[in-house]
Amino acid sequence: MSERGPRVRTVSTVDADSMIHASGVRKSFGSFEAVRGIDVDVRRGEAFGFLGPNGAGKSSTMRMVAAVSPVSAGTLRILGMDPATDGPRIRARIGVCPQEDTLDTELTVRENLYIYGRYFGLPRREVRERVDELLEFVQLTEKAGAMVEDLSGGMKRRLTIARSLINRPEVLLLDEPTTGLDPQARHVVWDRLFRLRQQGVTLVLTSHYMDEVEQLCSRLVVMDKGVIVAEGSPLGLIGEHSTREVAELRFAVGENEAAASKVEDLADRVEVLPDRLLLYTADGEETVARVHERGLEPVATLVRRSTLEDVFLRLTGRTLVD
Amino acid sequence: MAESTAPANDLAGAARLLDYWAIGYRRTWKGTAISSFVNPLFYVLAMGVLLGDYISGDPGQLEGATSYLAFIAPGLLAGQAMQTSFGETTYPVMGMIKWQRVYYAMTASPLSVRSVILGHLGFVMFRVGLTCGVFVLVMAPFGVFETVWGAVLAFLVQFLVGLAFATPIYAFSAGLKDESPFALVFRLGMIPLFLFSGAFFPIDNLDRWMQVLAQATPLWHGVDLTRMLTLDTVDGSAALVHVAYLVVLAALGWLWAVHRLSRRLMS
Repeated sequence: MSERGPRVRTVSTVDADSMIHASGVRKSFGSFEAVRGIDVDVRRGEAFGFLGPNGAGKSSTMRMVAAVSPVSAGTLRILGMDPATDGPRIRARIGVCPQEDTLDTELTVRENLYIYGRYFGLPRREVRERVDELLEFVQLTEKAGAMVEDLSGGMKRRLTIARSLINRPEVLLLDEPTTGLDPQARHVVWDRLFRLRQQGVTLVLTSHYMDEVEQLCSRLVVMDKGVIVAEGSPLGLIGEHSTREVAELRFAVGENEAAASKVEDLADRVEVLPDRLLLYTADGEETVARVHERGLEPVATLVRRSTLEDVFLRLTGRTLVD
Repeated sequence: MAESTAPANDLAGAARLLDYWAIGYRRTWKGTAISSFVNPLFYVLAMGVLLGDYISGDPGQLEGATSYLAFIAPGLLAGQAMQTSFGETTYPVMGMIKWQRVYYAMTASPLSVRSVILGHLGFVMFRVGLTCGVFVLVMAPFGVFETVWGAVLAFLVQFLVGLAFATPIYAFSAGLKDESPFALVFRLGMIPLFLFSGAFFPIDNLDRWMQVLAQATPLWHGVDLTRMLTLDTVDGSAALVHVAYLVVLAALGWLWAVHRLSRRLMS
């Protein structure tokens, strides 16, 4: 076109950088309410986490966000669209890495990626090119011809992540991305996800591992029993809800309760777990020294920094993994 | 650069599944190819030729067939369409939901539940076409088809017979929590249907109430329709009733399948 018409300014209420907007979102299954009114906003380029124990409503939330589970109440917008009416259009632009593998184990690694790319309406040639790139990215090029059946758990996870990237999604949803993997395999997955984050892909993940969320997420919500109990950055939440350090004291079986009453004035807060005491304090070493001064001899002591696990314990009175 | 898109409609979505089914079938076709050729041949030889030798072919008693083989050939054909549909919409459907969870991957993409079902049914129809096509070719040299057109139409009708079984059984399978009911479906559903729906003997031989029961089954409608075509004894109004019955059953099964699978995958 040689001529340009007058510029028309379109005023839109849709914010182009709003990836997820949830307000008062609920999900019920019969009489059981899995998600009981949550408000969440995720913006482009964020790495956002849902941290909570099993049964907190994280997966139900993720399925609603993935536009495969209708909301029972409240407002949900994904990329500015309503999943109730625009499910296919939303799903064309997001990537989903489900908690349980949904790979076809009777097909090869390459075939799994290829057929998935075809679901998104991509031409065969384009899919083949992307498959090669993605195999490289998740370090599975050498396994391209292997049957999925024969892959390790970590490789299957990486393949699922590669598959979720085939449509170059604007948002990548990861439901418990490293649950069930051994520590080494987890680190490989984290490394790949970190690279995606650096490339500017919006990540949304659920986890019940506080270290996973601490490593990957710039912002998170803590969920418990279907509601959000806190929101912030990992460091912000720790600063707000916990002390700088924690002294862990382990006494002989059955003596933890009795010991707790003797040290409770030495810390801001004392938590009694079945196997140990947690003393929340600014200076852990100092606190341990004071404990010894009182003639108490714990079987083992450990001084560490506060983590999101401590935040969760503070907010709910329970541990994340039990 | 090509962009990922939502399909224009459910059928366009189902077309995106073509490569999935093609790649899967390329891996498994050898396992089913031999049985789908040998099976009909054995039936024709054992039941039609060998057993048929003992049965005098009075056309009056055999609904117009000049031999027992010509009588049971259309019954075996419709039975083949039914058995193929049963086989492809029971364990395979459960596998896609529960064991491999492949359907969950499909519906995480822009594809709808309807597209997923259409794609699977498309593959079932491909299998029905293949097994029934082989059957027709195997039987043709035995002179069981009165006319060429009758043979072609009898073949085409098997897609309708297959679909009338495929959609309701698919729907049934889509809602099951585990596979144990399938054994009953085969033993108390498929096999009695095959034996008593007029494939092997004229249903006039049954008691009155059993005759009514047989006439209520979808396979009898399929068998009778197929037989009219192979024996060139088409009765227009009866044929229309058969087609209508099968179309309605397929349509109801489709609606039930969409309902059951949506509830399973998208709840």
